[in-house]
Amino acid sequence: MLKLASTDMKATRLGFGEALVELGHENPNVVVLGADVTGSVRTDLFMKAFPDRFFSVGIAEQDMISTAAGLAVAGKIAFASTYGEFAVGRPFDQIRQSLAYSRLPVKICASHCGITVGPDGATHQSLEDIAIMRVIPHMTVATPCDYFETKKMIKASIHWNHPIYIRFFRDNTPVFTDAQTPMEFGKANTLINGTDVTVIACGLQVWEAVLAEEILAGEGISVRLLNMHTIKPLDKDAIIKAAKETGAIVTAEDHQIHGGLGGAVAEVLAQSVPTPQEFVAVRDTFGESGKGEELMRKYGIAKDDIVAAVKRVLSRKKK
Amino acid sequence: MTSSELKPIARQLRRDIMKMLMISKSGHSGGPLGLSDIFAALYFKILKLDPKNPGWSERDYFFLSAGHLCPVWYATLARRGFFPTSKLSTLRQINSNLQGHPAPSYTHGVPGIEIASGALGQGLSVAVGCALAVTLDKKPNSVYCLLGDGELNEGQVWEAMMTAGHHKLANLIAIVDRNHCQIDNRTDKVMEIEPLADKWRSFNWNVIECDGNNIDDFLAAVDKAKVRNGKPTVIIAQTIMGKGVSFMEDDYKWHGVPPNEEQGKKALSELAPTEMGDFVTFDWEK
Ligand SMILES: Cc1ncc(C[n+]2csc(CCOP(=O)(O)OP(=O)(O)O)c2C)c(N)n1
Repeated sequence: MLKLASTDMKATRLGFGEALVELGHENPNVVVLGADVTGSVRTDLFMKAFPDRFFSVGIAEQDMISTAAGLAVAGKIAFASTYGEFAVGRPFDQIRQSLAYSRLPVKICASHCGITVGPDGATHQSLEDIAIMRVIPHMTVATPCDYFETKKMIKASIHWNHPIYIRFFRDNTPVFTDAQTPMEFGKANTLINGTDVTVIACGLQVWEAVLAEEILAGEGISVRLLNMHTIKPLDKDAIIKAAKETGAIVTAEDHQIHGGLGGAVAEVLAQSVPTPQEFVAVRDTFGESGKGEELMRKYGIAKDDIVAAVKRVLSRKKK
Repeated sequence: MTSSELKPIARQLRRDIMKMLMISKSGHSGGPLGLSDIFAALYFKILKLDPKNPGWSERDYFFLSAGHLCPVWYATLARRGFFPTSKLSTLRQINSNLQGHPAPSYTHGVPGIEIASGALGQGLSVAVGCALAVTLDKKPNSVYCLLGDGELNEGQVWEAMMTAGHHKLANLIAIVDRNHCQIDNRTDKVMEIEPLADKWRSFNWNVIECDGNNIDDFLAAVDKAKVRNGKPTVIIAQTIMGKGVSFMEDDYKWHGVPPNEEQGKKALSELAPTEMGDFVTFDWEK
């Protein structure tokens, strides 16, 4: 069983906002762009601390991305932030040409991702963003599981020499890592070292997987849990090792079933150690309004869905 | 209908909005309150429509580009008979047709909504496409599109303005909700859009300015806009965010939050009940 660092509830977006202020003090080249959702994504903290290095572009996400590229050309470390849907959906081509092809290490920081943005409904629930970002050459795609991991990612991102997409969330969620838990881009974190099956989760589904493991452990099933916080570049070694040692894989994410973490893991397995895999993800459908927890259950990405997927995959596991 | 008949309807819409948001505990107060006069005028006087036949081929088309303003749209559609007012209590809840942002009717939407909105900046392009089709078919329908002033920050809006001017879409009427407020701050602090009328004019539009909280003034503006002179027309309607609820008026902080119970009670006390009656009576009102 995982020893919880604390039972606090804190928002990943707060970790983002606080890390930006720390970076602002440490490095005078850090600049932040805002698209009229500053208080929501918590860049308000940076804006207040460093008003000269905060640029409002209005509600203009395409403009924001290419402006960030220009700032990067001139030597600035630019963070562009808005809600997930508008951070990647609207400015896809700007990201592809101005950032990725041009290989400019701008940081796209997307808050309010996934279905837990809740009552706002389908238009605001970004469930395709991992797939959209993952397919672009040179892009790095990462998603933290809690407040501390968000902070660490943001701090580490300024040393990362590629454009990066960092995906986090609106709600207060359990804080179960601490300031010491390692976070290295491209390296999965093994949270629990089981032997029967491996659950590979990212973002808020890491906590759901922790809860699922408790249930499964009670039934005598030994679960390995990997926090796959970086989806690209993917930690292939950890996946191959888990496939060889446990022989069954479940992936869990707050994202469409196509093209996300599950798809990325399946690509690795198919090319190395073909292994039974079950997917916990949104099944090719749009979301709707509702409370976050209600929607996680209705759309099949809560702890019980992970438990069920583990049982399904175990029944398919080679004896 | 005269403006003295439309005024109580607008007040009832404001009461409906406050009650919907008190129940949902999530959603946008300021913009919808500011637009209640315009929605009363549009749906009870201006638009050609049939609530029993929302797809009527002779209807005027209406597009709400700034989808977050939908509480006033839902209240209006219900009051106009598109669906029962009892549904208004389900705003933003799971399995409801009243989504946080307008959904198309094949899925979670309600009758009278032509297309999804919520991601800002797309509606004017949709309206342009619709106006092009109507022109092609030589039909008399008018096409209306309502935009937020913050929404004008989006580049796509200016692309659509250019296209409408280029194609001389005289059947197209855009309405800008000029409340000078968006999420982060007042519009001039987030992104200066003035001189706004000159900008539209230079994109080959007719421009009419009016007081969007004065129903007579708005009706007169639409009458002028309906005179087709070979150009699209924009009505820049000066409105007050939160209009009708004193402590919300002209304060951008009310863009996206609902009133809590105490604030809601205070708001309702400032909006006298009408003969239409509320869609719900709270326990404390009995
Ligand atoms: C493409 C896109 N970017 C950002 C948002 C988030 N957002 C919703 S409403 C809003 C402000 C809109 O301002 P305005 O049009 O003036 O509406 P008002 O504040 O008057 O209600 C923003 C930034 C969005 N819905 N869509």
